[in-house]
Amino acid sequence: MTSVSYREALRLAHYEALERDERVFLMGEDVGSYGGTYAVSKGMLEKFGPERVRDTPLSELAFVGAGVGAALAGLRPIVEVMTVNFSLLALDQIVNNAALLRHMTGGQVSVPLIVRMATGAGRQLAAQHSHSLEGWYAHIPGIKIVAQGTIEDARGMLAAALKDPDPVLVFEYPALYDAKGELADGAVDISSSKLRRTGGKVTLVTYGGCVPKCLKAAEEIDGEVIDLRVLRPLDMAPVLESVRKTRRAVVVDEGWRSGGLAAEVMARIMEEGFYDLDAPVARVCSEEVPIPYAAHLEQAALPQPEKIVAAAKGLFG
Amino acid sequence: MIEFKMPALGSDMTEGKLLEWKVKQGDAVKRGDVIAVVDTSKAAVEVEIWQAGTVQELLTEPGTTVPVGTVIATLAAPGEAVAAPEKRPEKPAEERPQPRRRISPAARKHAEDRGVDLDKVEGTGPGGSVTVEDVERAAKRPVVEEKPAVKPLPEKKAPPVSDRALEMRKAIAAAMARSKREIPHYYLSQSVPLARATEWLEAENARRPITERVLMAVLQLKAVALACMKFPDMNGFFRDGAFVPGPSVHAGVAISLRQGGLVAPAIHDAQELPLPELMRSLADLVRRARAGSLRSSEMSDPTITITNLGEGGVETVFPIIYPPQVAIVGFGTIARRAWILDNDIRLVPMVSVSLGADHRVSDGHRGALFLAEIARLLQEPEKL
Repeated sequence: MTSVSYREALRLAHYEALERDERVFLMGEDVGSYGGTYAVSKGMLEKFGPERVRDTPLSELAFVGAGVGAALAGLRPIVEVMTVNFSLLALDQIVNNAALLRHMTGGQVSVPLIVRMATGAGRQLAAQHSHSLEGWYAHIPGIKIVAQGTIEDARGMLAAALKDPDPVLVFEYPALYDAKGELADGAVDISSSKLRRTGGKVTLVTYGGCVPKCLKAAEEIDGEVIDLRVLRPLDMAPVLESVRKTRRAVVVDEGWRSGGLAAEVMARIMEEGFYDLDAPVARVCSEEVPIPYAAHLEQAALPQPEKIVAAAKGLFG
Repeated sequence: MIEFKMPALGSDMTEGKLLEWKVKQGDAVKRGDVIAVVDTSKAAVEVEIWQAGTVQELLTEPGTTVPVGTVIATLAAPGEAVAAPEKRPEKPAEERPQPRRRISPAARKHAEDRGVDLDKVEGTGPGGSVTVEDVERAAKRPVVEEKPAVKPLPEKKAPPVSDRALEMRKAIAAAMARSKREIPHYYLSQSVPLARATEWLEAENARRPITERVLMAVLQLKAVALACMKFPDMNGFFRDGAFVPGPSVHAGVAISLRQGGLVAPAIHDAQELPLPELMRSLADLVRRARAGSLRSSEMSDPTITITNLGEGGVETVFPIIYPPQVAIVGFGTIARRAWILDNDIRLVPMVSVSLGADHRVSDGHRGALFLAEIARLLQEPEKL
């Protein structure tokens, strides 16, 4: 085991993907000569050449669409949409084409497309570059949504996603790029939630950028942390199992509160775990404001360990 | 609008009684004016206001006690129009719905599984809600909660009789309410001639010393215990959604107490005891029940209950099961009645045997066979 950063783990994953399978190629804005906005694809153009590491024009609709076409034609495209905000320009390609073509053709075609994008706030990129819209995509049947909240997943999820015959949206968290950790070799799945910390008093359900925040909060409140990892389809079994034990749950989600993914997770706990609960399920989400630019305001708008601790304590008398 | 609230006049004050208003609607007040007199249980205190304004509405009648923080008057801020006070239709207090007590879903389920009466559980969760821990704590407290029974009285400080009676009433209420709420009872009764049993018993008792004589109730008890051996589905418990047969027949005997209430402690392995011994056990049990010195095992493990209300002239008992048991057998009074025997109308001592049984465990057909078996056994008293 070696210590690497989240960014290096991502780079390694992409490097290996390109090396392992000739059908795999990477395209997106600045992924080539610039080495990726977040330097994840640094050096790859030199190693794999412009055929397989392609810079694209600033048109998400066009190049995600090209990715759909390439996938239909038998390639394994990894399309980088720089941040989830820009993916709004490609919504039609993702929601109407990638997600639906298998269905619309009665199973004649499939779209083995990877769309990877950065998501979340916390780096003073201001309101237009700080969205957390994973929950939106998790609403759509036909695509799989995964969130890389750990170094293990940053390293392993891409390979698992490339094996999937259908489109997978792979979310990565710039707030974690410099996080360091041990790199295990083991492969990961993209079908299950995982217990990240064992505890006795309260279950913290989260994903992505909030995983480290929950782990920190859990120290103080004897919390059990479940990393959802896969936002669609949700794997609730470990969550329900944990709630059976702790009888209390806080859902932590960097998305906004109203109509968010946290609400969905809470609803499922109500549906399937109601009689295990000793207190109403609580949630910690982002404040319902455009994400502020000023650092202190931005931090105040996001879920933080202190807020998670306070919400958890609120479940006790 | 300014809301004037019942102030906390000292850190231990949780409520206050409004004695008097010093202002009326429309009065202008300024900072520092005394507007009301409040009784804090220590003294009558003059209460000042710290904002200027015009009294809009006095919401609390003098003489009323309200919690600290209750809005007792509204005032218009300077420059704000004084609105006419709204006419509130006054509802009598008892018509207002009581807020539902907060009991967590897990605690509710847990209490049901453990047979804990939630009314007696103190809540320590958020907002005073009852949690699983609270139920656990209550379940660990001495038995009184669930058993309609006097537990053995504590050696040292016996509570006054009235308290005990009250506690027992509560316990019976909890057990019987649970029984009627949860157990789908079916009831059957059968008239059983006791001619042979009476004759046999008279002859038997005639040759025994008075102290060793046996009551008909003991024959009945033994007959039920033996019948249970053939009908195990009448003898046991309904737990966690399934029937669990009793390990033996621990016959619970309903004993009414002089100060009111009743207990139903068990005679262990009743099916194996010869009649004289059963008689001794019963006498001993009644004596100790009335003295309040029963043992916890007798209290906790009856597998079926027998109740005999014959003394009072009751014809037929419609007995209510004591949960988690699944059946209860009642005996009415023994009286001579016209009965057809050998094609002839005879006067025969008769008793009505009745059964209250749990329909989740057995059906009427089984219950009928069980009663028939008790009746058959009572026709062969020498074999009991």
